[in-house]
Amino acid sequence: MEQRLGLEASIAIAEVVCRCDVDIVAAYPITPQTHVVEHLSELVADGELDAAFVPVESEHSAMSVCCGTAAVGARTFTSTAAQGLALMHEILFIASALRLPIVMAVANRSLSGPISIWNDHSDVMTERDVGWVQIFAENAQEAADLTIWSFRLAEDRRVSLPVMVNFDGFILTHTIEPMLMPDKEMVQAFLPPWEPLLKLDVDEPISMGPVGIPDIYTETKQVQQHLLTQAYGPIVETLNEFAQHFKRTYKPIETYRSDDAEVLLCTMGALSETAMEVVDRRRKQGQKVGLVRIRLWRPFPFEDLYRAVGNVPVLGVMDRAISFGGPVGPVASEIKAAFYHREQRPKIVEFIAGLGGRDVPLSDFGRMFDSLYTTGETGKIPAPTIIGLRE
Amino acid sequence: MATQSAKPKWTELAVGTAITVPGSARQNRTGDWRSSRPIWNHEECIRCGVCVIFCPEGCIHFDQDQPGYPSADLEYCKGCGICAHECPTACITTQEEEE
Ligand code: SF4
Ligand code: SF4
Repeated sequence: MEQRLGLEASIAIAEVVCRCDVDIVAAYPITPQTHVVEHLSELVADGELDAAFVPVESEHSAMSVCCGTAAVGARTFTSTAAQGLALMHEILFIASALRLPIVMAVANRSLSGPISIWNDHSDVMTERDVGWVQIFAENAQEAADLTIWSFRLAEDRRVSLPVMVNFDGFILTHTIEPMLMPDKEMVQAFLPPWEPLLKLDVDEPISMGPVGIPDIYTETKQVQQHLLTQAYGPIVETLNEFAQHFKRTYKPIETYRSDDAEVLLCTMGALSETAMEVVDRRRKQGQKVGLVRIRLWRPFPFEDLYRAVGNVPVLGVMDRAISFGGPVGPVASEIKAAFYHREQRPKIVEFIAGLGGRDVPLSDFGRMFDSLYTTGETGKIPAPTIIGLRE
Repeated sequence: MATQSAKPKWTELAVGTAITVPGSARQNRTGDWRSSRPIWNHEECIRCGVCVIFCPEGCIHFDQDQPGYPSADLEYCKGCGICAHECPTACITTQEEEE
């Protein structure tokens, strides 16, 4: 059964984590993730969630505790943002290498400096290569749903990898939205108890995390590359099972009015919803614009991207972070690379928008679509543009 | 590291590269990067055991036969030369390993 409620994405995530019956939450509060862990500690203190809540002294410790608890077979959840995610950095690699199915909600926030508590994707883009499954939510419902799904995928014995659910700071974490909250029976019917591939057990001793000498390290990296790439199959399969069970469908790449589009814009995260509004308005004015929304960031769904983009001549990519001194937009650079070897490829226009919580109003999306049309008409691809930059 | 063979294929590695067989570190012969080895002159050796104590690898043992002189287990000796440095009679010399 599901109940229609008005909840912040943060509270919605904490509530579903409770329904997933986790054994342990180890987290350090950091804006804008705070409400997630606050609410989880309340649920534990009130006896609604039978779990250990470990109030660690840093995010480095949070992720270290998570590795330890997942290693003994405990269902483990944590949440962080920005500097907190950065402080976890080195342990994130270890969680994936040891195949520990930790689930972490990342309330995306810009990295300091200057100090910023507001939203962009610089935190997660910095953690692109840590070997985790990484997925993006656009609203509270999706944040909650994808958290439930993440446990199912992470614990799938073909996968056994950690999963990061990204949901935009403030835009989602602190906004109350209507959503359907499934009850515990419904969640647990979708999420069976976890049977670890391997766990620390005094009766059957093993060592996890030994040295990988040069003779072995290369092979271990191939294992990780293979596992994360091959996780695509189980991802699609479990998302389909989620859709059957909860009647809400999620795909690695989502589109919006893209079928007959003259230009497409690629977005990620909560701002996709603003972009959809602009698409509707432009369509009313007769402009055939559409969206490609990346939901699954790792493993990158190449084939889904090719299908979604089709033969459209111009594709804009909106990044929420900058790769300094590099190819500018991290998402755009990956999409360009994805199309490089293809005969049929669109002209790709890069936009950077919404850095450090800067609003991206409807008019900014309008500007992006205008630029895509100009590129289509002139054939000239402009340099990457920072939308709303004062010059 | 996997325990099946010293150089497994990537498809043969244990889950998470865990060590699933206790005590399997014994299978690792760690002396193979040694660039020199200790040589004992038994005529000078007083069998005091100082080299045994100082060897950081714990790889020097007194031979079982009589009267029992020390020697290094070359599967673990790293050729550090500490034994030679500490020997009170300077009866240990180090010899470079050939390529
Ligand atoms: S320290 Fe020198 S003298 Fe003493 S036992 Fe070792 S080799 Fe012999
Ligand atoms: S050279 Fe070093 S490792 Fe080898 S026997 Fe002497 S002290 Fe031990």
